[in-house]
Amino acid sequence: MRGTDRESQIVRQVLRAIETGQGLRIVGGGSKAFYGGHCTADVVLNTAEHSGVIDYQPSELVVTLRSGSRMAEISELLAGQRQMLGFEPPDYAGRATLGGTLACGFSGPRRPFAGSARDFVLGCKIVNGRGEVLNFGGRVIKNVAGFDVSRLMVGALGTLGVLLEVTLRVLPVPETELTLVYALNEARALNRMQQLSGQPWPLSAMAFDGEFLRIRLSGAEAAVGAAAAQLAGDIDPDGDMFWHDLREQRLSFFQLPGSLWRIGMAPASAPLNLSGRGLLDWGGALRWLNSDMPAETIHAAASARGGHAICYRGEDKSDWMRLDGGLLGLQRNIRQAFDPLTIFNSGRLFS
Amino acid sequence: MPLSSAFIQKCRDLLGDRQVIADTESLRVYECDALAAYRQLPELVLLPETVDQVQALLALCRRYRVPVVARGAGTGLSGGALPVAGAVVLGLSKMQRILAIDPENRRATLQPGVRNLAISEAARPYGLYYAPDPSSQIACSIGGNVAENAGGVHCLKYGLTVHNVLQIKLVTMDGELLVLGGGGLDTPGYDLLALAIGSEGLLGVVVEITVRLLPLQPRTQVLLAAFASVEQAGAAVAAIIADGLLPAGLELMDKAAISATEAFAHAGYPLEAAAILLCELDGMPEQVEADSRRTRRLLQQHAATEIRTAVDETERKRFWAGRKAAFPAVGRIASDYYCMDGTIPRGQLAHVLQQIGALAEASGLSVVNVFHAGDGNLHPLILYDANRAGDFEKVEALGGRILELCVAVGGAITGEHGVGHEKLNQMCVQFRAAELAQFHRLKQAFDPLGLLNPGKAIPSLHRCAEMGRMHVHSGRLPHPDLERF
Repeated sequence: MRGTDRESQIVRQVLRAIETGQGLRIVGGGSKAFYGGHCTADVVLNTAEHSGVIDYQPSELVVTLRSGSRMAEISELLAGQRQMLGFEPPDYAGRATLGGTLACGFSGPRRPFAGSARDFVLGCKIVNGRGEVLNFGGRVIKNVAGFDVSRLMVGALGTLGVLLEVTLRVLPVPETELTLVYALNEARALNRMQQLSGQPWPLSAMAFDGEFLRIRLSGAEAAVGAAAAQLAGDIDPDGDMFWHDLREQRLSFFQLPGSLWRIGMAPASAPLNLSGRGLLDWGGALRWLNSDMPAETIHAAASARGGHAICYRGEDKSDWMRLDGGLLGLQRNIRQAFDPLTIFNSGRLFS
Repeated sequence: MPLSSAFIQKCRDLLGDRQVIADTESLRVYECDALAAYRQLPELVLLPETVDQVQALLALCRRYRVPVVARGAGTGLSGGALPVAGAVVLGLSKMQRILAIDPENRRATLQPGVRNLAISEAARPYGLYYAPDPSSQIACSIGGNVAENAGGVHCLKYGLTVHNVLQIKLVTMDGELLVLGGGGLDTPGYDLLALAIGSEGLLGVVVEITVRLLPLQPRTQVLLAAFASVEQAGAAVAAIIADGLLPAGLELMDKAAISATEAFAHAGYPLEAAAILLCELDGMPEQVEADSRRTRRLLQQHAATEIRTAVDETERKRFWAGRKAAFPAVGRIASDYYCMDGTIPRGQLAHVLQQIGALAEASGLSVVNVFHAGDGNLHPLILYDANRAGDFEKVEALGGRILELCVAVGGAITGEHGVGHEKLNQMCVQFRAAELAQFHRLKQAFDPLGLLNPGKAIPSLHRCAEMGRMHVHSGRLPHPDLERF
């Protein structure tokens, strides 16, 4: 995987923005421009060319990359060593970059079983809103020195600084994976997922598409075979393709017109009973909803179940996510602590 | 400056006399945590029983500008709960109820004073357990685990506290109650849950925790392998990880640790070995058998002189008994020991162990190594005699050099014990001034008056500047040319 070091150009552009007071819109591959609030900054800071491997030690299960590296290329690099990113992020047809993926904090179907994007981040190098280049975390899997700023960057939508380099923990590719499929209704599918999750099966994904419950088993061939035999169910010969399409949000469900919501809640929560179409991932902890109901109704339904709703894609993003009063004030203080002049991605996280 | 009588009276009004400790005899209990080398008698200890009381107390402390040191079970090893002059100690030990076990969602909601082990005990009837298991799990509390991002023997496979907590309720210095995280897995906005975990009491006081529970594994197997050199054992660890195996635990003990524990716990360890590895594998029986075969093959390839597989649960427990008794066993061969905590890339194990040996010899001190090799988390135990004048200063200096060695090879000054009071100087080695300044600004976002656990975890820039001069003058900072992460 080739790459170029654009750190000094990026830092120079940040310093210039600080001088002129002109806000920057951070763009990697541009694959997730639809996500988050409306960004009011119009000068683009491009990170896509700041790419490449800094260090990859397969025997340490650790890789350090520049933030503009394409997810697809990273996956290919790791696959060459029979390793992978455990959080199974989408690569959006090869466009997604590592920086954008982490800034959005996107994780795929393996997330409840292997961990989220932030769980795999060990360290990072950033440039903050003062133009300072800072290193946090490191390259070892246990490190509790100082505040965990590396993980704070994940999901911050670029509002705390520009990610320059990231160190990630990687996982070995499982020896075998196999998908079982069951025709069930939503209530039974939810029930079945909770029952399986409470038992020590080698699960690595569970999703219900409205018609079929699919579960993926991962591990040694003998273990996966034994689990499949005990769990009955039909083997889905196209299982790998299903998980890939779910990860990339390419299933027909994701092509429906209208607003698409991601609702996170405790996995055993009862069905949402909102009008629209749904898809369950993460064993029930993530409820995708395609619905034209008002944002107010959807936020209230999520909140009533102790969860959170995020308008993932939609025409009206004015109420795309909510933070309650105390949290909002604190989050603004944190932003101030990193980016006092609001240089980065103004409006993208909160207005 | 002593606490004002008006403030103390207000505390008594809020809590009642039973929950306020002010007499010297009782205060002694709180003068240190498990890092007993550092002591400071607190002036006042407050023991709230409800979230409301915590909120009211913090608001009161803010009004009177009184600093607050939160304390769980006091088992921390970095002086995080060491009292600070002029501050109150806020003990959370009376808040020790398990609020809910929710088997359907595989989670438990707890007050901060609940003991770590009690969570797994309460979850066991449902076939579930709480994975992080610091060695003090019989006594340490979940609130303290959250404050320190505690690890344990099994975090190689199951992660640290940060990977196993779903939600916390945090009281800010203003007395406001915040919910971080939630019922789902990811929440919008900044990930304050990840930030708060391991923040060592600098950002807020944790009053409720919801943890993730995991299904108990049907099969657990332990292998014990002996090696003729520590280097070979280190190479075997790297090979196991490189091969794609993910053991539940992978522990290394050197010769000194083997002989100390054997005399104490009679685990049947091979006394002639220079090092032993304990490798625990868990999962479905078929998975454990497959992993066990692969592990044995790798251990053989890396010159293990002997490989034993625990034939039954009794033998498995015996294999672990020695490891678990290692610290008390070392306590019998030396009047005092100092437990260090640093992490390194696994490929550096052999090199670093050799260097630690050389540094120890140069200091005239003995070091025993027993640690979580699988995740590169070292716990060198430095033996000394606290009653011998000057010994502890030598220990501190050696400990500091060992941590600087960890940083120089690309590691960190603490893997799971935290910085607390103990490792403030080493923070100056791990981070540059601009990064420390960013930490201070982040703290101010939560605690603008700097009242929460002041002086801990993040050193002042002034302190580092002083230390930098010291290091340059004595030329002790190793590898100054290496970039520091």
